[in-house]
Amino acid sequence: MTQMPPLVALVGNPNAGKSALFNALTGARQKIANYPGVTVERKSGRASFSDGRPVEMIDLPGAYSLDPDSLDEAVTRDVVLGNLAGHRRPDALVIVLDAGNLDNHLRFALELIAQGLPTVVALNMIDLAERDGLRLDAQALARALGVPVIETVAVRRRGLEPLMAQLDQILKAPRPVTEPVAISVGAQNQRARDIARAAIVSETAGRQWTRRLDAILLHPVGGVVILLSLLFLMFQAVYGWSEAPIGWIESGFAWLSDGIKNVMPDGLLRSFLTDGVIAGVGSVVVFLPQILILFLFILLLEASGYMTRAAFVMDRMMAAVGLSGHSFIPLLSSFACAIPGIMATRTIMDQKERLATILIAPLMTCSARLPVYTVIIGAFIPASTVGLGIGLQGLVLFGLYIAGILGAMLAAAVIQRFVTQSRTSSFLIEMPRYQWPRLGDIAINLWQRAWVFLRRAGTIIFAATIVLWALLSFPKAPDGSNVSQVEYSVAGRIADGLEPIVSPIGFNHDIALAIIPAMAAREVAVSALATVYAIDAADEDAAATSLGPKLAADWSLATALAFLAWFVFAPQCISTIAVTRRETNGWKWPIFMVSYLFVLAYAAAGITYWTARSFGL
Amino acid sequence: MQLDRLPLNQIAVIRSIDWESLPDQEGHRLRSLGFEPGVAIEALHKGILLWRDPLAVRIGRMTVALRTKVAAAIDCEISA
Ligand SMILES: Nc1nc2c(ncn2[C@@H]2O[C@H](COP(=O)(O)OP(=O)(O)O)[C@@H](O)[C@H]2O)c(=O)[nH]1
Ligand SMILES: [Mg+2]
Repeated sequence: MTQMPPLVALVGNPNAGKSALFNALTGARQKIANYPGVTVERKSGRASFSDGRPVEMIDLPGAYSLDPDSLDEAVTRDVVLGNLAGHRRPDALVIVLDAGNLDNHLRFALELIAQGLPTVVALNMIDLAERDGLRLDAQALARALGVPVIETVAVRRRGLEPLMAQLDQILKAPRPVTEPVAISVGAQNQRARDIARAAIVSETAGRQWTRRLDAILLHPVGGVVILLSLLFLMFQAVYGWSEAPIGWIESGFAWLSDGIKNVMPDGLLRSFLTDGVIAGVGSVVVFLPQILILFLFILLLEASGYMTRAAFVMDRMMAAVGLSGHSFIPLLSSFACAIPGIMATRTIMDQKERLATILIAPLMTCSARLPVYTVIIGAFIPASTVGLGIGLQGLVLFGLYIAGILGAMLAAAVIQRFVTQSRTSSFLIEMPRYQWPRLGDIAINLWQRAWVFLRRAGTIIFAATIVLWALLSFPKAPDGSNVSQVEYSVAGRIADGLEPIVSPIGFNHDIALAIIPAMAAREVAVSALATVYAIDAADEDAAATSLGPKLAADWSLATALAFLAWFVFAPQCISTIAVTRRETNGWKWPIFMVSYLFVLAYAAAGITYWTARSFGL
Repeated sequence: MQLDRLPLNQIAVIRSIDWESLPDQEGHRLRSLGFEPGVAIEALHKGILLWRDPLAVRIGRMTVALRTKVAAAIDCEISA
């Protein structure tokens, strides 16, 4: 008979190191799913005892108590109490404590221990506590709590073996299940502080890194300058550092395309592979370096502890439009991709503020817009400098980001005033200690992002480009016809229908064609244009030269600018709409979001076009 | 003295918290972050530019950011 392995839950305050411990214990054997009936992510994985017997671990969302004030915390409570339908109650708990923060973390620990499940305490981040001049007595703590306490340093894999051994023991010989002891919150908290005090052997002033750094990074003026410089550096890096790797990827795809042309006879299949697949997917994969650089910055800011400081610095400015520093973190993530950004809104306590943040997240210039911006900017904006070594192209890109931000702020103000009718926002957040980001963790995270992106390129974008290629290739224009293949194809005819709607905002036939498949994902617009032009090119040489010059020859500057303005606002991403539906439990808000964004996009493109025209562009 | 008026780097003890004046959610979160009478507290940094809001305070061994409006509900006593 096979028996289910025991289920052990890692539980504790946010930032105690649960996820780090979970990763260390389970390694690559992880599964990410949702808890039954709720959209909270459930991370589970297998660990094993020293003799190889398996144990299933789950990484519960961080919480401050069993009295929840967010969806995530409610899941933690329900799992611990065994109240979540369709989810088995854990056989044991590993309570993860930040050794440097015992006063606060012990409150929740006491509440958890009182539930009577077999429990081991992982006294984590011992290294940081020691760095800050704190010495603790784990034995004394164990005596006071009545459960075993193991010192761990999750990120250095220290203490994992004793932890697993202890876990094995308590699972074998569980304590008799006791009724939860009712004790007043005040008394419980006092007890937590007393135990914390008793566990501290000695405390030297330590170096107080966090406090000193905060004096600089939270400085009333300096802090603002530093944050803005960091953001500016981040966006410059996205452009500057990515040139070389982009070149490698481009030549890789060109090499592949040439290879196919050399071994295959001209024909439908060859056109499918080179014009459809390689041109389409290649034009998107090329942006991988930029996306990774953006994520690299965001991950570094998160892991070092700076992100909440950025929220602190931004709070008042966000308050001006009815948001708070809490919204800053999801919105900054949305610069990489709105999907993790929208998911990160779960940490926002105020539900109205959370909704407003979700609704404006798509206005942050996500990495999928970069391909579109880059191609158009490259084609229409001269690569000159405006002095001080600042490039004009970079400046225009910066302007597009700013346009998105201003649009978002405006939208937030209007939404908070008229839609959610929120009166106040709030900002109350724990600021973790600073520490060096662990490069291994960052690398794993980056790899996961790259993988998600490549999978998109390999699935949605691949499919969209194939469909588009087919729509563009059939029916075949008769030989000797003076109508081009693009005009003659199915896609050309659909675009004909769309053209009257978009021509008032300066969009031509090609754009009408490109924005249809770009509904699936924004970056498809580029591969769509690439496919359109590759197919329309009469000879191979013309097809081989890159997209930019062709656009420059074909479009007016006014049209190009209108196209950029459209992409600042247009809600062109099915995944974002799906995530919004999930996070807001229904279609009402995603429909609202899509509608208001389309209206904005149409208006912005129109205004841009006609303004540019009036300047004779 | 209200927490928002407490001079920086001055160790104090929370005397009382006016829970009534706080929205439920903020009161709840404040409690879960360890704010309650008798706890030592210290104002560390004040927010940016002319606003000087929010405030970063040390409570226990933790740094917490909160807005001055909430801080005004927390009454402290400078310890000798
Ligand atoms: N120095 C040190 N850092 C740790 C340790 N455990 C976790 N961390 C770091 O602390 C931060 C928060 O950890 P995480 O696992 O995300 O916390 P969670 O919110 O409890 O899941 C991350 O940057 C970790 O790399 C530890 O034992 N020592
Ligand atoms: Mg975690």
